[in-house]
Amino acid sequence: MEEKQAVPILEMKNITKQFPGVLANENVDLELFHGEVLALLGENGAGKSTLMNILSGLVRPDSGDIILNGKKVDISSPKDAMHLGIGMVHQNFKLVSTMTVAENVILGLDNEKFILDMKEVRKKISGISDHYNLKVDPDSYIWQMSVGEQQRVEILKLIYRGAEILILDEPTAVLTPQESNELNGIVKKMTAEGKSAIFITHKMDEVMEFSDWVRVLQKGKLVSVTRTGDTNPKELANLMVGRDILFRVEKKKSNPGKVILELDKVFALNTKGVDALKKVTFSIRAGEILGIAGVAGNGQRELTEVITGLHKITSGKLVVEGKEMTNKAPLDLIRAGVSHIPSDRVAMGVVGDMSVASNLAMKEYRRAPLTKYGILHPKRIFNMAKGMIELFMIATPSPLTNVKFLSGGNIQKTILAREIGACRGLLIAAYPARGLDVGATESVRKDIIAERDNGKAVLLVSEDLDELISVSDKIAVMSEGKVMGIVDAETADIESLGLMMAGVSLEQSGEKEV
Amino acid sequence: MIVLLTSILAITLRAGTSLIYATIGEIYTERSGVLNLGLEGMMLVGAVSSFATVYYTGSLSLAVFVAMLTGVLLSSIHAFLSITMRANQVVSGLSITLFGTGFASFLGQRLGPESNGRYLIGLIGEKFTPIAIPGLSKIPLLGALFNQDLLTYIVYLIIPIAWFYMFKTKNGLNLRAVGENPQTADAMGIDVLKTRYLYTIIGGTLVAIGGAHLSLAYAPGWSENITGGRGWIVIALVIFSMWNPSRAIWGALLFGGINAVQFRLQASGTNIPASFLNMLPYLATIIALVVMTWLENFGKKVGAPAALATPYMRGEK
Ligand SMILES: Nc1ncnc2c1ncn2[C@@H]1O[C@H](COP(=O)(O)OP(=O)(O)OP(=O)(O)O)[C@@H](O)[C@H]1O
Ligand SMILES: [Mg+2]
Repeated sequence: MEEKQAVPILEMKNITKQFPGVLANENVDLELFHGEVLALLGENGAGKSTLMNILSGLVRPDSGDIILNGKKVDISSPKDAMHLGIGMVHQNFKLVSTMTVAENVILGLDNEKFILDMKEVRKKISGISDHYNLKVDPDSYIWQMSVGEQQRVEILKLIYRGAEILILDEPTAVLTPQESNELNGIVKKMTAEGKSAIFITHKMDEVMEFSDWVRVLQKGKLVSVTRTGDTNPKELANLMVGRDILFRVEKKKSNPGKVILELDKVFALNTKGVDALKKVTFSIRAGEILGIAGVAGNGQRELTEVITGLHKITSGKLVVEGKEMTNKAPLDLIRAGVSHIPSDRVAMGVVGDMSVASNLAMKEYRRAPLTKYGILHPKRIFNMAKGMIELFMIATPSPLTNVKFLSGGNIQKTILAREIGACRGLLIAAYPARGLDVGATESVRKDIIAERDNGKAVLLVSEDLDELISVSDKIAVMSEGKVMGIVDAETADIESLGLMMAGVSLEQSGEKEV
Repeated sequence: MIVLLTSILAITLRAGTSLIYATIGEIYTERSGVLNLGLEGMMLVGAVSSFATVYYTGSLSLAVFVAMLTGVLLSSIHAFLSITMRANQVVSGLSITLFGTGFASFLGQRLGPESNGRYLIGLIGEKFTPIAIPGLSKIPLLGALFNQDLLTYIVYLIIPIAWFYMFKTKNGLNLRAVGENPQTADAMGIDVLKTRYLYTIIGGTLVAIGGAHLSLAYAPGWSENITGGRGWIVIALVIFSMWNPSRAIWGALLFGGINAVQFRLQASGTNIPASFLNMLPYLATIIALVVMTWLENFGKKVGAPAALATPYMRGEK
């Protein structure tokens, strides 16, 4: 490719932002060129979202300049950013769930008519939908949509608002591989049309495939700027965390013991009243990891909730360590030794307005030594929390900081620490590496394998087939609420797993039953 | 019989007017995410200030204007405390009610003429009288709709306008977003704090007009506790209307109707205790709440604005 002396359309110079107890950005520089994609990488808590929030007007920097098309600009609110053509898809969806797609799209827009012309809006939306092949029904309510569809609405919003600079903060973290491909295709098309994008992700293959430039942040500081073509995933991972990363974790051969979890012909309905689990039957032994593969929405959520007592079983049997636990309360299952890393970490995993220490103690607090005669022992909770924060490397200013102030990845680490700490027989882990940086992903996988080696039974739900193959001992593939087959992870290949995920039965897929 | 029903309907509308003003006002306030429990106090201050004004000046429009001013003032205090200072909205609202109740009573004993011992109680001033619309007011039963005072006619207009504004205009959409999800509204370029101030004050103004209707039309004059707890009934009515201005009319008519029937029953000397009738509105609210929860089980979202009574600050996660 020819090197042209291009001028960046956007520059950030010497950006510094101090939060109470954390220097989130320190003298960070950034350049974005017309029609190009810049990948912004860094560990959890490195300050990526903060830097982008500064650009979109949600956070005010303490110092530094933003230069757009050669002119210094002041972005003091999201409205300013919008007027300058900067649009952002945030790490947590910014959608009003009780409103329709169309209403969300025009929210806060000055140039809509005073009396809303929803027909016109709908027409514009379907125009965009057709052009970018973005399938959304403008009249659906957000709360009825899957996360994948919601992400499409976020993109639609950017386009409708005429953003020229797109900021995408981990847009693919919650998407299935298919949905991620679709989204990346749209971003490609938009940059081909002359828009420019800043893309945050923890997935190295996306970085390599879609970006032109890479910038790496480490603890708030810029540590590397390279052309994507001049680098590789290994080098980038090393730059981020300062050590080499194993993309595939090592593990010993499993040594299964007695059966810990048994599901026998389990049926359950989803919230719409349709069968979500159909005759699900499998068992997991101590010292064994069973991976659940499948496209999201094929019963995985119901499966984990049935085992943790959060969802009703309509027929069939659930047995934990020899005791029948069908439709028992969540507390009974916790007492039976079941730990749960939920897929929706903000809603089900933590209480944002409570401290890291309290959240870490949220399971063990019922027992000595954290509690005595029903009275909590704050000092012991504090010390336990300090230990866990060190062990799991949770980046927080103090154990007493409210969880909501942590970065997305560190919230996930808090849940992991608590659930692994409290696990006494069975660990249910749904998408445990979602949103984690490469280093944290590696250590989570190691932690899960260590639990297995400690004699725990583990159920691992994931969309990442590489992860399933490298971490699990056996893999069950789910499609439309049915288990299509259970195969040995060591001999499984991605292609036939993919076929089974699409609903092809085990015999036809060419895999061997175990 | 028709004559009796017509008169009950007429009284119902008269009794319902102040409730509708206040309900629509509070719906707008709550839709922006601010809970104002100061209604009772604001209605009382609106009632006393407007009556005092009309007593001395004889001008009804000036009286309504003064009531509106008190509404702006008191709701600004609430807005400042709950939006800028991020105080607990329940506490702030309750203190407005406590202050308003005491202050109205104080004014009622100080603003009167020397000859009446400075009391306002027992005085007579100008009042809004029913204006019969020729022709329409002669229709049996429904004629009651067209034999009302000016403030009631205005409320007929306010209901559809308030509904249209909330659900069909850009500003209404932004208002609802602020009350549902201020983080999102902010990221979408809506000024959350400004929106909340605006609708808290507009809401307070309507509430005060509701108070003025009591002392200028429904029960002309000033008496202690002229609202008879209407400020609290309105809190229930807002829930009953599911935060939709067009439904405010049904709740208000029900409550006003119970008032009217009570009036009639007492006149005819029945033995149904008054407290039983007083209880009915609250019972209706409880039933409405049960029905709403039941509807939500079927996936319909009809509840309170999600961010009701939660302060917002940018950058606070
Ligand atoms: N509003 C806030 N108040 C206090 N601290 C904050 C706030 N927002 C972010 N932080 C802190 O600033 C640091 C950087 O956070 P940021 O969200 O930018 O990280 P990130 O790089 O996006 O991480 P992740 O990959 O986990 O999303 C973190 O330590 C975080 O706890
Ligand atoms: Mg982030």
